[in-house]
Formats: sequence, structure tokens, C-alpha cells
Amino acid sequence: MNWDVIVSYLPLYKDGLLITLYTGWLGILISIVLGLVTALIVHFKVPVLKTIAKIYIEILRNTPLLIQLFFIYYGIPKLFGIVTDEIACGVIGLGLLGGAYMAETFRSGIEAVDTIQMESAVSLGMTRRQAMFHIILPQAVTYSVPAFVANLIFLLKETSVFSCISIMELMFTAKDRIAVSSTTVESLFLVVVFYLIVLLPVSIIGSVVERRLRYASFGN
Amino acid sequence: MADTVLTINNIKKSYGDNLILNGLSLDVHKGEVIVIIGPSGCGKSTLLRCINALEPIQGGEIRLDGELIDGKSRNLAQTRQKIGMVFQNYELFPHKTVLQNIILAPMKVQKRSKDEVTEEAEQLLERVGLLDKRDSYPRQLSGGQMQRVAIVRALCMHPEIMLFDEVTAALDPEMVREVLDTMLELAKNGRTMLIVTHEMNFARAIADRVIFLDGGEIVEEGDPEDFFTHPKTERAQKFLHTFEYESVKHK
Ligand SMILES: Nc1ncnc2c1ncn2[C@@H]1O[C@H](COP(=O)(O)OP(=O)(O)OP(=O)(O)O)[C@@H](O)[C@H]1O
Ligand SMILES: [Mg+2]
Repeated sequence: MNWDVIVSYLPLYKDGLLITLYTGWLGILISIVLGLVTALIVHFKVPVLKTIAKIYIEILRNTPLLIQLFFIYYGIPKLFGIVTDEIACGVIGLGLLGGAYMAETFRSGIEAVDTIQMESAVSLGMTRRQAMFHIILPQAVTYSVPAFVANLIFLLKETSVFSCISIMELMFTAKDRIAVSSTTVESLFLVVVFYLIVLLPVSIIGSVVERRLRYASFGN
Repeated sequence: MADTVLTINNIKKSYGDNLILNGLSLDVHKGEVIVIIGPSGCGKSTLLRCINALEPIQGGEIRLDGELIDGKSRNLAQTRQKIGMVFQNYELFPHKTVLQNIILAPMKVQKRSKDEVTEEAEQLLERVGLLDKRDSYPRQLSGGQMQRVAIVRALCMHPEIMLFDEVTAALDPEMVREVLDTMLELAKNGRTMLIVTHEMNFARAIADRVIFLDGGEIVEEGDPEDFFTHPKTERAQKFLHTFEYESVKHK
């Protein structure tokens, strides 16, 4: 391994890292909002929307992100004649995929809170919305944290697929280095290190939050 | 008679084909303590759940202070404030402290000031001997303590009527007493209460009127002394008999 090569690659990987973080977290932000809305639709069995939500969840969870991205990146311009920006496509694609996973996570969290907690709250004169907000969701969040953190890690890893639609994130940077030079070992070593920089903090902070929140909510 | 708080008129309730309440009627007067007893599965919990519209009814009507209780009404939350419900398993909110459990609904629902509600909550906690637990979480309390908090939580909404569904059934025997004493005190202070219980001695002590429910209807009702010493109907006699033990010792 050539350390000079590694040092000289660092700025390139740093740029890749920033794009991975930027697109990854933006996609995750979308997926959280989308997931929460979808979970509430499914939980409250909103007519029509519920069916759409279920189909959405199943399709997105059972097809590879790569294919979803191709659909958005190549399909939409063909169908609607809109020019698409690859970063926007990547973020939207990741958001849609993540939304499906987050929806399932939030829904099972909500279901883990007994219906009798809802009854207890409405018996005190709260509306269902107040009960949802003050009683059910805070507990559901606690139940959801482990699966939520797993989703974060999964989605951040999935950003590596972005390289296939020419987003210059970490994986793209590595592939590019390998293609244009004979520095395969150094390029791969760096990509591993940089993904660890992205993911380890999430993993560590995630498990601390998990423990703290569990303790704060349920005392064990 | 004194004013009627709750009127239940000919209600029908079924789960699918299974008819649980078959044209049941009952008037509850202000300050009255009614104990509902009956065999397991006769619909006691269902009746209480219908009263605060946790279950829809298929016929008849229920009125509180003359106002119709309707599960679909926009005013349902408004009406439910006037009905305090205490559940068998307490159903405190596990992520909130004792005090937060109590003051949440008065603040959010009745828009009362935090200071005012906190003061009232503390007074009520003091009365049930739990003021020192105000900042504890439910998990740190015993069953009996949790149930007393649940009672205080309901009281703090200033309900017109309190519903108790076997509130001591999940408790260890040594904790039953503290909860029953709390309820006796409420009765003494003129609370209107509807109590479902299997504690017969307690029923006898607290009730102004006993209702015996079986087969979806009120089979017998009356003064507790009369009911427990001379039940008129055969079904009530048979039911009360299940609580007695024949001596097997040779005399
Ligand atoms: N959600 C439900 N769906 C279907 N049947 C139900 C439901 N809840 C209760 N039942 C049935 O209704 C009947 C009355 O139930 P309920 O809980 O009111 O009885 P109970 O008098 O409170 O009995 P217990 O003394 O055991 O608490 C029972 O036969 C029960 O099986
Ligand atoms: Mg019951």
C-alpha cells in the first residue's frame, strides 16, 4: 500500500464523503416525513390512501434501489420530458425507499403501544389527535428506535448505489480511482475507511440513544 | 328522587351475533353509589365501556346530564371529561411521571393553568398518601399506588360520575384495602359512582344500590342489605352462593 497515494487521494474522498452525507441525510429526512405520514395513514385505515400506502410499501421494499433509481433517472425524462438532475433523483429515490421502511418501523412502533392506552387517554377527554400526540407517539418512538437506527445505517449504505447514476459520492470516487489508475488497494482501503467514518457514529450514537430513551420511558 | 345524572335507556349491545346487553335501562342519581355485580362475561365491563362510548351501542340511548352520549359526535371529548374511568390495570402513561399523568388532561383538554392544576393534583395526592411520589414514574410504584394515582388522575378532571371496572382485581391482596379505602372516602364525600367489583363485602359497605347483571339484563336490583341477605331471584341466590364456603369440619 502506498501512503503517498492515499494522502493525495484524501481531498477527492473528502468531496465524495460530503456528497454521500449530503444526499444520504437529505434522503433520510424525506424518508422520515414520508414514513410517518404513511404509517399514520395505514394505522388509521384512511380509505383509498391506505391501499395506496400498502402498495407503495410493498413495491419499494421488494425491488432493488438500483432499479428504482434507473426508473426515476432514465424513465421520468422519457415519460414526461423533464430534465432530471442526478442528485435530486438520488435523494428522491432514497427518500421513497426509506419512506417504505420507516413506515413499517413507525407502524409497528405504534402498534406496540396498547390500544387501551388510547382508551385511557380518550377517557380523560382527550381527542384522538391529542392522545396520539401526547400518549401514543412518544411511546411508539421509543419502541421504534432500534429499527429506526437500523434503517439509518441501511439507507446510508444504500447511497453507494448512487454511483450508478453518476453521483460523485464515495463509491463513485473509489470506482473512478480504480478505473483511471492502478491503485485498487489504496482506493478500496480509503472507501472502507470513509464509510466507517459515515456509519460508526450513527451506530454508536444510535445505541446510546436507544438505551437512554428506553430507560427514560420505561425504566429498563 | 334527587336529580338524575346518568340515564341509560333500553340499550342493546352485541359483538357480531353475540348479544351482550339486551335492552338494559338504568338511572343513576346524583351522589348515588351503584355497585354492579354478576358472573364473569355477563357484560359488566361492556356496560361501563358503552357509557363512555369506548364501545358503540346498537340500540337505545345513554344520556349524561340530559346530553346524548354519541360515539360519532363532535362533542364526545367534551362529554367524556365528565366521566372518570378507572381501569383494572391502571393504564397510567408509562412515559410520564405521576404528576404529569395527572395534570396532562386538565391542561390540554380543559386549558387550565399548570399552577392551578398542579396545586389541586398535589392536594389530591396528599389525600391518598402519595404526595412523595409526585415525581416518580409509574414503574416505580406498587399496583395499589398506581391505582390510587389513576383515581386521582380521573378526579382531577372534576367528573360528574366515576366508573370503576374491577379496580382491585389485578392487585395483591394486601394492596386491595388501600384502594378500597380511597373509594369509600369518595363515596362519603358524595361522589356519584358506578362500581364493578367482585369484592362482596366492599360492595355491601359502599353501595346505595346493588345491580345484579346476568344474561344481558338487570336481573335484580335493590338495597345492599336486602340483596345480600335475602336475594329474591334464584339466579342471584346461586351467584351469591359461589362466594360462600361450606364448612367441612365436624361440629
Ligand atoms: N371486543 C370484543 N369482541 C367480542 N366479544 C367481546 C369483546 N369484549 C367482550 N366480549 C364478550 O362480551 C361478553 C361480556 O364481556 P365483559 O368483558 O363485559 O364481561 P364482564 O362482565 O366484564 O366479565 P368479567 O367479570 O370477567 O370481567 C363476554 O362474553 C365476552 O366474551
Ligand atoms: Mg370485566
